Order: sequence, then C-alpha cells, then structure tokens
Amino acid sequence: MAKTIFDKIWDSHIVKNIPEGPSILYIDRHFIHEVTSPQAFSGLEKRGLKVLRPKQTFATCDHNVPTLNQDKPIEEPTSRIPIEKLAQNTRKHKIKYFPLGHPSNGVVHIIGPELGITQCGMTIVCGDSHTSTHGALGNIAFGIGTSEVEMVLATQTLMQSKPLQMLIEVNGKLQKGVCAKDLILHIISKMGTSGGTGYFIEFAGSTIENLSIEERMTVCNMSIEMGARGGLIAPDKKTFDYLEGLFYSPKKEEWDRSVKKWSELKSDLGAKYNAVYSINACEIEPMVTYGTNPGMGIPVTSKIPLSLTDNDSPINKSSTKKSSKIEQSNNETPSYIKALKYMGFMPGMPIAGLSIDYVFLGSCTNGRVEDFRAFASIVQGRKKDPNIIAWLVPGSKKVEKEIEEEGIGHILREAGFEIRQPGCSACLGMNEDKIPANKYAVSTSNRNFEGRQGPGARTILAGPLIAAVAAITGKINDPREFLP
Amino acid sequence: MSIPKFTILESAAVLMPAQNIDTDQIIPARFLKTTSREGFGENLFYDWRYNNNGEPIKEFVLNTPQGRGTILVAGHNFGCGSSREHAAWALADYGFRAVVSSFFADIFRNNALNNGVLPVQVSEQFLQQIFKNSALNTNKKELNNNLNTNNSLINNPILKIDLMKKEILNVATGQKENFEINSYKQECLIKGQDDIDYLISNLDEIEKYEQYKTSSY
Repeated sequence: MAKTIFDKIWDSHIVKNIPEGPSILYIDRHFIHEVTSPQAFSGLEKRGLKVLRPKQTFATCDHNVPTLNQDKPIEEPTSRIPIEKLAQNTRKHKIKYFPLGHPSNGVVHIIGPELGITQCGMTIVCGDSHTSTHGALGNIAFGIGTSEVEMVLATQTLMQSKPLQMLIEVNGKLQKGVCAKDLILHIISKMGTSGGTGYFIEFAGSTIENLSIEERMTVCNMSIEMGARGGLIAPDKKTFDYLEGLFYSPKKEEWDRSVKKWSELKSDLGAKYNAVYSINACEIEPMVTYGTNPGMGIPVTSKIPLSLTDNDSPINKSSTKKSSKIEQSNNETPSYIKALKYMGFMPGMPIAGLSIDYVFLGSCTNGRVEDFRAFASIVQGRKKDPNIIAWLVPGSKKVEKEIEEEGIGHILREAGFEIRQPGCSACLGMNEDKIPANKYAVSTSNRNFEGRQGPGARTILAGPLIAAVAAITGKINDPREFLP
Repeated sequence: MSIPKFTILESAAVLMPAQNIDTDQIIPARFLKTTSREGFGENLFYDWRYNNNGEPIKEFVLNTPQGRGTILVAGHNFGCGSSREHAAWALADYGFRAVVSSFFADIFRNNALNNGVLPVQVSEQFLQQIFKNSALNTNKKELNNNLNTNNSLINNPILKIDLMKKEILNVATGQKENFEINSYKQECLIKGQDDIDYLISNLDEIEKYEQYKTSSY
C-alpha cells in the first residue's frame, strides 16, 4: 500500500499497538530544558526509576537565561534555580548537557539540527511545542508535556494515537522580499489557529523544495500555530548536505548507509491524506499579524480587516473535514473586538506606517544565521532609529560565532545595533527581556498572544526583513521598498 | 504514582465563552519558574484575574460567585499554544476536574488527561446551549431580585459528566451528549492509573524493539 513519509516513520517506531487505544511509540531523540524538566526528574525519583537511555536525551538551558553577561552568575533566583536543577539532574543521570556559555549552548530547536543530533526519519520530542521545527529535516517531531517527558526518560517511549495527515502543497516562486516566515504566516492566516488540530502536516511542492534547510525550519516551527501536532518535509540532497560532517552526524560507512536509508523517506505516489491544501506561492506578500493569535495575519500592504470573515479568501482544498476556521468564524466577533482592543487597533486602519517601540530578532523561528543575514541586508549602510529599542538575539553560540565570522556583527554594530547572547529571550519574556505594557514590538518570534512578551505587550509577528525595516524607520513598512 | 480517579462528576459550570484561550492566558510564562507541580492554581488566568496592582478584577468570572465549580466550560479551541503542562496543573490545583469545550488543542488534551482533568469535547450547539442557559438564569435572578425574594439562585447551569457512559448531561435542559475518549484512557482515569505504570510494564517489549531496530539497521 502506498505510504506517506509520516506513515513510514511512524510504522517503524511502533513498539506495540493497543487495541482501541493509542500505540507505544519509540522515541529516538529527546531534548530537555530547564522549564519543563524539573518536575519530570522529581517524578522519576518518587517512583524510584532511572533514565532508561541517557544517551538519547540532550539538555540545554535557554528559556530563562539572561541575554547579557552570561559569564556572570544569574542574579534572579527564580531563573537560576531551574538551571541549577537541570545541571544537577543531567549530572546525576549522565545526560549530555550544554550549559550556559558552552560553545554548543543555545535554543533547543536551533542546536538540535546544527549539531546533527536531529537527523532524518527519527521520532523527536521535547517539552516545548516548537519541537515541530525538527520536522524540517524529515522527522516526526512534536512537543510534549512534562508527564510525557517523564515517560520518555523512564521508558524511551510515549503513548500516542496516530494523528490524521494533511498535505500542504506550495508551488510557484516566492516574490523578492517574501521570506519563509511570510509563507507560514500566510498559511496560518488561511487555516486559523485550530485548522491543523488533530493533524500532522507534510509540506511539499516546488516552493518548499526551493527553500533552504533553515527556511524549512521556520515553516515547520510554526506548524503548531495552526494547532497541528507537527509539520515535516521529506529530506533531499539539501538536507543531507546540511547534515554531513556535523558533530553528531553519522560518519564514513555509517553516513553512506544512513543517506541510502534516508533517501527512501518520501511519500509514495498515491499515498492517502485526510486533507490536502494547495497554495500558490506567487500570491504571497510580506506578512504581519495585527491581532492576538498567529492566525490573525495580513499582508503588510493591507488594512486591518473589519471582521475575521473579511479576511477569508478560500484556499484550494480537498478535505474530508471542514476547516474549523470556517465553522467558527460566525461567532468570533467578541474575541475579535477584544483582540483589536488589546492591540489598540481600529478595524479598517492600514498597518503600514504604524509606529513601533521595540524590535526583536531571534527565537527558534528566526534566530538562525540566515535570519541575521536577511536583517543585515536591509540595515547595511543605514542607522537604527533612535527611538527603537532593538534586541538582536542569536539562537545559539554557533549562530553568534557565524555572525562574527561573516562580518554581519560588524554591519549591525555600524548601524547602531548591539548583539545580545543566545536564549529564548523576548519570545516569551521569561528572562528580563520583556516588552512593557502597551508598547508595540515587531517580533520575529512565533506567538502574539496577550501578554506573551510581557504583561500588556503588543506583539506584531513578522519576518526578519520587516523587523529590519521597523528597526531603521521606527515604523511598519513594506520591506520591498528597502531591499538592496 | 497515581492520578485522581474520575467516574461521575456533577457541578456548577464555570463559564468562559472566549474562544482560542491559549496556555499563556491559563498560566503566563513568568509563573513557570518553580520546580514543583504544586501551587499554580493561585496564578491561574493571572492576567485576566488581576489588574496591574495585583488586585482582583471584579468582573472576571473566577472573582465572582459564579467562579465556584469544578467544571470549566470554555469556547472553541481551548488550550492552544505552548505545551506547558503547568496549564493543566494550574487548572487542577485551582480545583477543576473537567473542561468542556467544542474543541481542544492536542497537547493540552494529553496534558489534562495525564493529570486527571477530563477534557470533554461537545458539539458547538451543546456548548452554546450551556452559555445560553446561564443567560436565562441571570434574567430569572434579576426577576427574583426585583420581586424582593430571598432566592439565592445560582446562575450557572449544573452539568453531570459520566465517564463510564462517556456522557454529559445539562441538568437544567435535560440535553445529553456523548463524548469521545479512547477506552485505554477511559480506563486509566477510572482506575486513577497513569501511562508510566503501563509503559513500565512493557519494558521487555521496548528492549526487544531496540534489539530488532539495531539488527535491522
């Protein structure tokens, strides 16, 4: 029977199927960080259990860490204690840990692929919803809760029901000045925040094939924002080139054997999906969000819709299930008004020209070297707007190093920017990097929920080009007018 | 280790009709820094519950007499966003044993089940009936107040959830609906067992799988 890539990976990881229940799914790689792991380790201890396969779990600290003075002790005890716990727990259970300042430290979903811990055809989990990022290399990767972290530590498995499968095909050439972030914000604006719930998404088509591996990570990263369990992309030569020679990648004969095996990881002709959507890449414009969930996105050149339905232009689909966005659009008005009120916006106002207070470049969505290159391409030879506070936060120590080696750091400093140290930072404001109440931030991160970046913070999600334009002009503008 | 057993639950419903209630609203990230599972209830819905000075916002349902009950009823797509299990811990710690909505985000659903909080997915029509019911009760109460009666009628509709029958009943209207839960999870909740107990009992099979995988590579 014709199988999807998802079927192939899923089927080869089933330890046991429970009749009328979930399956026991084997987990190849497990990432942990300081926020969602302490309670899992204390759970293990209460039960008197050990970590079954310590070599398959990797740890980093990223959520709470300061992005300045990382060489000094962390002052705030509530940030410091979970990180100390992680150090203790990983030492005790012999788990590889990349502590603050380590050359491999960084945001969990950035370091996994860049170290080659994330490969192809794997099952990968982490107590963080953006684990979907790792699907970009052809993996079943998804976020889990802390009880599940405990299950993986104890048994290297999880109880999982097989999700439905969705294919999103994107074909055509992206316009100049339109990046991977615009592509995924466009898709989420059409699907709504729950349109993917219950599904695992495969992204395919010529546009996806033409994306770099880092761009594919941006797309898969945000698949969770439409509710999907995760998103994946079949690996190809680009994927293998990306992985070859990385620290944890297979070497020599094992590498050849792996590539041969990984080359079979594609969906068979005639494989069945529960829903299929197709997107024309040529129609996608640079995108921003205007509301309080990632589905509330519009082209930067357009006006804030009068209602949510106003923004609904149907996408081509052949689906066995109705899109939930369409079902819910009629009674969403109170939530819509609440969102605009929170953002300080009026229906019908243009988003371009809006004055901005903060710019955040970073996160597991857009904190890789290509994002810094894109940002630098716009600010090169220009100056930061004096009224803007800009936080440029590399996703990892490796990204930080690449920025300097490529001369991007020099360009950014010449333009009046400072580069901070790696961490999740203002994406969720668990450290000091919080956006103050009622201030507007253009953020390259993934969520614009109320209070996400700090109580009362007003988040506008966008790609690195729009963020760069906001940083030099102090306003939201179409990046195509600023391209080099 | 066990989770609280769940069989039949009857309670006044606490109503939050907003849609897309994400886990950042249920428990904001800045409260995730403790390393235990306890005590999150006091910060549940913090930014909706308290103003900038930390004073309760009077109109928010949890700060009203209608905020008492063990069943939370919320709008479409409850629990979307972050995978933080702290959201389920906060709901459980506050005293909620079940959440009723017309749609749940995947990760939240698993987290809730792993903590003995039952997610009950109902039709949009059933959900709206619960909200409508409450509005009717409010009108009735106003009427009673106008008549100077001393009737302390509770606004919230009473719901009865029977996990054995996979059935939810709106007591006031008599409207009933079945909800889905796989029989494995149903049994776990009724018996108060969690997945780890089950997985540990399968360690032999897990090791067999590992050996097979290594040899076939």
